[in-house]
Amino acid sequence: MAEVKYLSEHYSKPEYRSLDGYKKHGGYEMLAKALKMEPQKIIDEVKASGLRGRGGAGFSTGMKWGFLPNNGEPRYLLCNADESEPGTFKDRVMMEKAPHQLIEGMLIAAFAVKSHKAYIYIRGEYMGPAAILEKAIAEAKAAGLIGKNILGSGFDCDLDLYLGAGAYICGEETGLISSLEGYKGQPKLKPPFPAVQGYLKKPTIVNNVETLAAVVNIIRDGGQGYRKYGTEKSAGTKLFSISGNVNKPGTYEVPLGYKMIDLINIECGGLKPGRKLKAVVPGGSSAPVLTAEEAERATLDYECLAGMGSMLGSGAIIVIDDSNCMVDVLSTITHFYHHESCGQCTPCREGTGWIEKIIHSIIHGHAKPGDIDMLLKIADNMKGRTICALSDAAALPVLSFVTKFRDEFEYFIKEKKSKVRGGQIYAQLHH
Amino acid sequence: MFKLSEEGLKYVKSELTRYETKQSAIIRSLYRAQDENGGWVNHDVISHLSEVMEIPAAQIEEVATFYTMFNQKPVGKYHIQVCCTLTCGMMGGRELCDAMMKEAGCKEMGDVSADGMFTFSKVECLGSCDTAPMLQINRDPYTENLNMEKGLQLVRDLRARGKGH
Repeated sequence: MAEVKYLSEHYSKPEYRSLDGYKKHGGYEMLAKALKMEPQKIIDEVKASGLRGRGGAGFSTGMKWGFLPNNGEPRYLLCNADESEPGTFKDRVMMEKAPHQLIEGMLIAAFAVKSHKAYIYIRGEYMGPAAILEKAIAEAKAAGLIGKNILGSGFDCDLDLYLGAGAYICGEETGLISSLEGYKGQPKLKPPFPAVQGYLKKPTIVNNVETLAAVVNIIRDGGQGYRKYGTEKSAGTKLFSISGNVNKPGTYEVPLGYKMIDLINIECGGLKPGRKLKAVVPGGSSAPVLTAEEAERATLDYECLAGMGSMLGSGAIIVIDDSNCMVDVLSTITHFYHHESCGQCTPCREGTGWIEKIIHSIIHGHAKPGDIDMLLKIADNMKGRTICALSDAAALPVLSFVTKFRDEFEYFIKEKKSKVRGGQIYAQLHH
Repeated sequence: MFKLSEEGLKYVKSELTRYETKQSAIIRSLYRAQDENGGWVNHDVISHLSEVMEIPAAQIEEVATFYTMFNQKPVGKYHIQVCCTLTCGMMGGRELCDAMMKEAGCKEMGDVSADGMFTFSKVECLGSCDTAPMLQINRDPYTENLNMEKGLQLVRDLRARGKGH
């Protein structure tokens, strides 16, 4: 099955952005329906749907909601809209095209988990979508959809937008919480998990934009109905952000389990004439790179990509053709992680720096043959030793690029130039 | 000494009561103060906010120095932030940034051009990879689907627009 419009059914209609336009297409009817349900019943439906977190980790959403302790403390619902994983832009599209879909999903989620205060944490650079969301929130407030006694149900919920200021680490849920609390966005040790002790040390649920939007469809079609798309373990549809060397980059919604190569060749119109597929980063820059041969075999679901030693992640697919130098591509990734490491944990703070230095020395022609193994050793030492997953996220692309495209790294060290483009790559031409 | 305008002060006071704790108002207050201080944040800005918000200066400084969108030194009227990560890197973002910077008369990344118009920064993924190469001017909505020609024309257009004021 090819591209479907399940979450994105009305995204092409500009009116969908406004409250009136959204309502014309059934908007907020699912909130009204949910408010008449038992909160536990909503959680059960979300569990039955098989919905898994769309931000990257892929954890069961219904199960996450079930972790909240019943201790009478106030609970918070946070929407993670700090979309910063390189290659990912589908949340931005969702917020721009359908801000009310997110708000409706959040209100349903808040009712289900008995939260009376919800925040959307949006990255500071997203001023365009932030303005659209602020307008939508104001419209929803004026219409009595946010605030006291929503739709006469007796349920109160306030919802506001919080603006970040430029930091990848705030997409990590405990980093996001630190930032929302008004501090540096440094992650916190888990456990305690946010569901037990999150924002202001209160029970907190953090969900991605796309995850919360999908809740509206689950209320409409039921948990089982949601499973009409996808596979047993990867239920539903997903919005994929596709960029790089394809003719029609963009956001595409396809059922999970769809063939990656079909998405590239059919929906995205394939590669430029004369170009060959070299590699694909399948789930954002942290996801280990796939060779062309692996990409041909891959299906877009959590299991297949995990089985290939990579991950579905945020659904960000970066298509790399044979005009690219893998050393050069990796250099922008290693620079990114070094820049974004929050500096708390030594393996990450130092490791990302050393890796960037070695890649730099390869590109500038003063690396030694043993440096490739040194890269692998450093990356290996960065895994599983830190407070959050950024260190692993920085190590995985290094390990996969160097292992799968080792010949390009060896050639570069030996010949002091790239194996592709006649050796002409950016870093050598411009420094 | 930096002081917020009367409007700015009103804004910061309302942000202080907007969230569950007043500390959450720091980011938006810093944006406001940065805008009123010509695009950057210095110690004067932080001490003034500390006084107005009744939050220790160290905590405001911690936020101001952690996040990349607060500038630690002066910037030009147009702060051009060109994305250079992964897809944008592959699609010519870095070459575009260098060429635009040269056209604008800036010597290095982070410098202000002699006419005070431009500062360039290479920034990390802005979340618009399908429109690569792309950039953000100050905190405006994105400028997308660029190429070398469009980028250089953008510099010339901004210079003309900037001089018009």
